[in-house]
Amino acid sequence: MTDTAATTLKTTPLHARHRASGARMVAYAGWDMPVEYSGITAEHMAVRTRAGVFDVSHMGQIEIAGKDAVTTVQHLSCNDVNRLKMGHAHYSGLLTAEGTYIDDILVYRLGPNHFMLVVNAGNTAKAYAWIVEQAKAVGEAAVVDSSARYALIAVQGPAALDTVQPLTGADLSSLRNYGFTYGEVAQARALISRTGYTGEDGFEIYVPPNVADRVWQALLQAGAAAGVIPCGLGARDTLRLEAAMRLYGQDIDDATTPLEAGLGAFVGWEKPSFLGADRLRAQRAAGVGRTLVGLEITGRGIARHGHAVLKDGTAVGTVTSGTQTPFLKKAVAMAYVPPALAAPGTQVEVDVRGRAAAAVVVVLPFYKRARQA
Amino acid sequence: MPYPSELKYTKDHEWVRISGDTAEVGITDYAQEQLGDVVFVELPSPGTTVTAGTAFGNIESVKAVSELFAPLSGEIVAVNDRLAQAPEDVNKRPHETWIVRIRLQGGVPDGLLDSAQYEALLT
Repeated sequence: MTDTAATTLKTTPLHARHRASGARMVAYAGWDMPVEYSGITAEHMAVRTRAGVFDVSHMGQIEIAGKDAVTTVQHLSCNDVNRLKMGHAHYSGLLTAEGTYIDDILVYRLGPNHFMLVVNAGNTAKAYAWIVEQAKAVGEAAVVDSSARYALIAVQGPAALDTVQPLTGADLSSLRNYGFTYGEVAQARALISRTGYTGEDGFEIYVPPNVADRVWQALLQAGAAAGVIPCGLGARDTLRLEAAMRLYGQDIDDATTPLEAGLGAFVGWEKPSFLGADRLRAQRAAGVGRTLVGLEITGRGIARHGHAVLKDGTAVGTVTSGTQTPFLKKAVAMAYVPPALAAPGTQVEVDVRGRAAAAVVVVLPFYKRARQA
Repeated sequence: MPYPSELKYTKDHEWVRISGDTAEVGITDYAQEQLGDVVFVELPSPGTTVTAGTAFGNIESVKAVSELFAPLSGEIVAVNDRLAQAPEDVNKRPHETWIVRIRLQGGVPDGLLDSAQYEALLT
């Protein structure tokens, strides 16, 4: 269990804190990251019932600003930023000309002509190079990889609001889902957005790296009485899977389109053009050859990434993500299957290491939090 | 957690409790700690013959799947059915939670570690 490779891994501003706190560390997307603190199940349950605090500073930030920033983002990002107001973020995709994912992203509108794209850690360099190259042809816009300027801390769960609010003068209760504001959190200047990757209410807090540790500790202290605990990437993965949020590299990649992935709602179909538009429109007209569905494993076994989906003994699709979910206590998976097998209630099987486990297609997401009235 | 001296251990982080011609097999505290929360144990049917050093089943945590290796050769005479309902026993009481019982064939192999040797392996 010695990891000599750790010397070549990137570290977040909270790395020393994770190490000192006894978190189990793993290499993820080139970063030395905490996979679990107290255990994936305990952390997962904390987020569903109380709240958890995550270091997600490995995520990348790419800013696009300038006279032609809107046109540039409209070209690069499949969602429609003309419908994105200042102070809001939305989910989108960076697509190839073939309509497949370079990455899935959040787009923040920081100003009329200033955007911040949040990209996956392992895709930051690729996405930056792609954006720089594509932006050249569009017009005048500066593209900056600002990842090193931010530490990013997520507070997720029903107790998130009560945890963060006492540490800031910003009125967080008035912040809408996918809205963001500026303020101070534990005396650190911050961008606070009501976003996350867990299916719960919560905030993602962007702060300067040099004060990340103070903010991290303040958040945990503020939430301690409510049972708020630090969480790792393991729980982040089981939480996002229960909420059916797609993971780049598993559920979507450079061979899948938003339509196949069930993410057509995040495409700005009314835009005259954008990268991949022609292919997506053609696919929408012709119909997809495969579609992402939810599976609940009703037999014995846990479906995992790469397992084959079987119908009458024949491989018809592939599991992209799967686990035993701690909250629902079911083995669930997302998988690509032919559209003819995508209707909820369809019986299939999953080849779990040579054994066929019965499964049924279910509606996504597996878990949806109760909304407050 | 101390490693009981009445058990033998393998480099694959399994423990063996030998009594007469049968042996109970489980995974060590170190192994469960590395795996994280165990959610599923996949085992062969009783009657299956296993060979020392080869995989005979899988143990799954929330995050990963690991193979179980037979520490000795023989016939599986029982599997711990309780694990189907309570796989977390492997985490809670690793050294008391046996996974399979094997009737030895060809005796106890060389190379099993005693608790002191196993603890030395972990440091």
